[in-house]
Amino acid sequence: MDIFGSFALLLALGAAVYAFGAGIAGIVTRQPLLTKTARNAGMTVFGLVTLAVASLEYFFFTDNFSLAYVSAHSNHALPGFYKFAALWAGQEGSLLFWTWLLSIYAFWALFLNRKKHPELMPYVGVTLAGVQIFFLTLNNFVTNPFRVLGAADASGAMHVARLSDGSGLNPLLQYYEMVIHPPILYLGYTGFTVPFAFAMAALLGRYPGEKWIHITRRWTMVAWCFQTVGILLGAHWAYAVLGWGGYWAWDPVENAALLPWITGTAFLHSVMMQEKRGMMKVWNVWLVFVTFMLCILGTSLTRTGVVSSVHAFAESSIGGWFFTFLGIILLVCLAAWFKNRDYLRSDNQLDSLVSRESSFLFNNLILLAACFAVLWGTLFPVLSEAVTGAKISVGPPFFNKVNVPIALFLLFLTGVGPLLAWRKTSADALRRNFAWPLLGGVVAGAVAFAFGFREFYPLICLILSVFVTLTILAEFYRGARVIASRDSTNILTAIGELTMRNTRRYGGYVVHFGMVLIFIGISGSAFNRDIQKEMNIGDTISIGPYTILCQNFDQPSTDVYTSDRATLEVLRNNKSEMLLYPEHRVYLASQVPETEVAIESTPLRDLYVVYAGRSPETGRPVIHAYLNPLVKWIWFGGIVVVLGTGLALFPNRSAALVLRPASERAWGESVAPQTAPASSPIRRSEGHD
Amino acid sequence: MKAQKKFVIGSAIIVATLLALAYVGYTQSKTYYHTISELSTLSAPALHQRMRVSGNVRTGSIEHRDGRVNFVLEEQGKALPVSYVGTDPLPDTFRDGAQALVEGRLQPDGGFVAEQVQAKCASKYEASPNSTPGAPTQPNQPPGQSMNEASGSLSGKG
Repeated sequence: MDIFGSFALLLALGAAVYAFGAGIAGIVTRQPLLTKTARNAGMTVFGLVTLAVASLEYFFFTDNFSLAYVSAHSNHALPGFYKFAALWAGQEGSLLFWTWLLSIYAFWALFLNRKKHPELMPYVGVTLAGVQIFFLTLNNFVTNPFRVLGAADASGAMHVARLSDGSGLNPLLQYYEMVIHPPILYLGYTGFTVPFAFAMAALLGRYPGEKWIHITRRWTMVAWCFQTVGILLGAHWAYAVLGWGGYWAWDPVENAALLPWITGTAFLHSVMMQEKRGMMKVWNVWLVFVTFMLCILGTSLTRTGVVSSVHAFAESSIGGWFFTFLGIILLVCLAAWFKNRDYLRSDNQLDSLVSRESSFLFNNLILLAACFAVLWGTLFPVLSEAVTGAKISVGPPFFNKVNVPIALFLLFLTGVGPLLAWRKTSADALRRNFAWPLLGGVVAGAVAFAFGFREFYPLICLILSVFVTLTILAEFYRGARVIASRDSTNILTAIGELTMRNTRRYGGYVVHFGMVLIFIGISGSAFNRDIQKEMNIGDTISIGPYTILCQNFDQPSTDVYTSDRATLEVLRNNKSEMLLYPEHRVYLASQVPETEVAIESTPLRDLYVVYAGRSPETGRPVIHAYLNPLVKWIWFGGIVVVLGTGLALFPNRSAALVLRPASERAWGESVAPQTAPASSPIRRSEGHD
Repeated sequence: MKAQKKFVIGSAIIVATLLALAYVGYTQSKTYYHTISELSTLSAPALHQRMRVSGNVRTGSIEHRDGRVNFVLEEQGKALPVSYVGTDPLPDTFRDGAQALVEGRLQPDGGFVAEQVQAKCASKYEASPNSTPGAPTQPNQPPGQSMNEASGSLSGKG
């Protein structure tokens, strides 16, 4: 059976190579048949990789421990959904999974556009196939997940060895988010390949106009949304499982996922400049190139141990492959851009500093600055060693010093940008749009200050959050009022109608609001408190409004792990609120320690309690309690961001479709009958779309 | 053109501010990473910097004394006596033979005072006897997951 999976992978590589070669030949010779076979081969890759993935899953579910990968990441006792998730628990499987998700995206991109854009799609197919060739080469020849265990018998001949049981899944991975976090993050990483392929295709084929941006708009949003959710799930996982009281440590793996998210965010905004005004063409092409390269870099950073520390991943032979691939991508991007740079000439120039264009430019400038700072900080040990010979690492103070002001400036732009007119905004319009929200923000800040809220950055964050929220509400209200008075409906119906007429714009506002919630949640970390204490039964710790009373210690060990557990009663105003059971386990088979954090989460604050271990001096248990304000807002904001993105993906109910020729309808847009006139009073020149 | 000039000036101010902040953050948090054998070759100013050193804990060298934990780190035949003065309990993974990363300062007497200790169980990712003969010795970590877990990190907040 392992032959089956290996064979499917090998065939997939063959199909990708054919799609690449025949695709180029088709472009050169203009033979439609060649182009067609190349496209079909590209779509076949998906089927073949699917077979390989199915075959590996089959081995997991049938406990086939003759496969090295299965025996290293599973065992008989592992619950079914973890066996399923063990597919992406290690390097070989996770790279196969990467390839598979990429092949899904590639399949849909080729399939949905099979009868459209005949000038563009051959280039898209070739670009996608090129990326697939790289990953399939790794899957086949470098980190093959179907490697069979061998054992030599007495005569020295090799036989297939089959173990009685596998070594099981790392206990830290045995958490329900393990099943969803990696796939979602990977869907983000791989998803940016599609806009990359279309951008490359448009550049190489000198495809007219802004069409590639229209075509890939939804693809980019989908990838961005997955990346956002993937990062937040990772943060939540770290928070709930690792037991150090935080959700973000600026370590290289986290940064690796953040980098493409930052450039992807910049791209989502700056494409509007190109759609509306024909500006920033070079910039957009390079943003999507860089985003894709950062996705590849992120994928490799987590695997190659380039950024080493005690918790770096094992050094493996795979790094060289990735850096060669990155080098090739960079060269191809540079060559494609250099050859066709005249095609990217800008149609317009910046007219005024107080304009939508300029807000987008500043947005992009500081997002790029953030990206650069994070990249620099992440790679600093490598760079400093290469330049000075001394290995120097930088810690959270570096990242926070740079990124907190950037984040606040972005928050400010979130409020200001959408309400500025294209080209130039009059002073009158500024007053009309911003007077009340700004007043609201300042009043909120003043009230907070009067109540003793003195931390500088959180105070700014509060003012800006109120300001941005009010501008968003005002936008909904202004538009809905027009509809409500015309159709004589109530304001809530009108808001729904308004949103569905321009989902991209109003969905975007919802995303912005979600980001405001996340910012508020993050600013809560300025007020984090923690206390650590050796405790005996009857001892108490006071933290914030809570008093923690130690009731009992026990050792609920099982045959899988040894455990130390505390039973803590949480009191508030001398009234018992709840019992918490922080626990510390050491898994016997792997000797991996694991912390079972006890978290009591409310919208205002999390009480986060860890059984930290035993004091080296006295042998008594040490309890570490954290009070983390507003953490829940981050997770809730993430949900709002997803809902907003989902809304923005919806086709508009009317009007907007008319603005584009039917042939350009993007993926997923329905062919809804046009029930309303093309122009509506809601559509103003400032609109996103 | 005027608007573009203004934009360039605005950008320059922003970038300069960020660079200044980055420099401050860098000087506050930079940590040198040295191997034990490098320590003897360091120049005088470099010796007083905050640094990280890694090595393996010498078997039998861990002793608790006066609220401190003393142990010896070894790497390629060179040894470094370390005294841990932090308040957090040591990670479970910190034991004889474990791979440890200490952060702190070198003392004039050649000893090292560590404020933070991270440790990784040396055998953690090696094939155990009942495991695979040819299994890859690599952490079972998917990307996107915090690295802290691979070590018994004492100081995730750093």
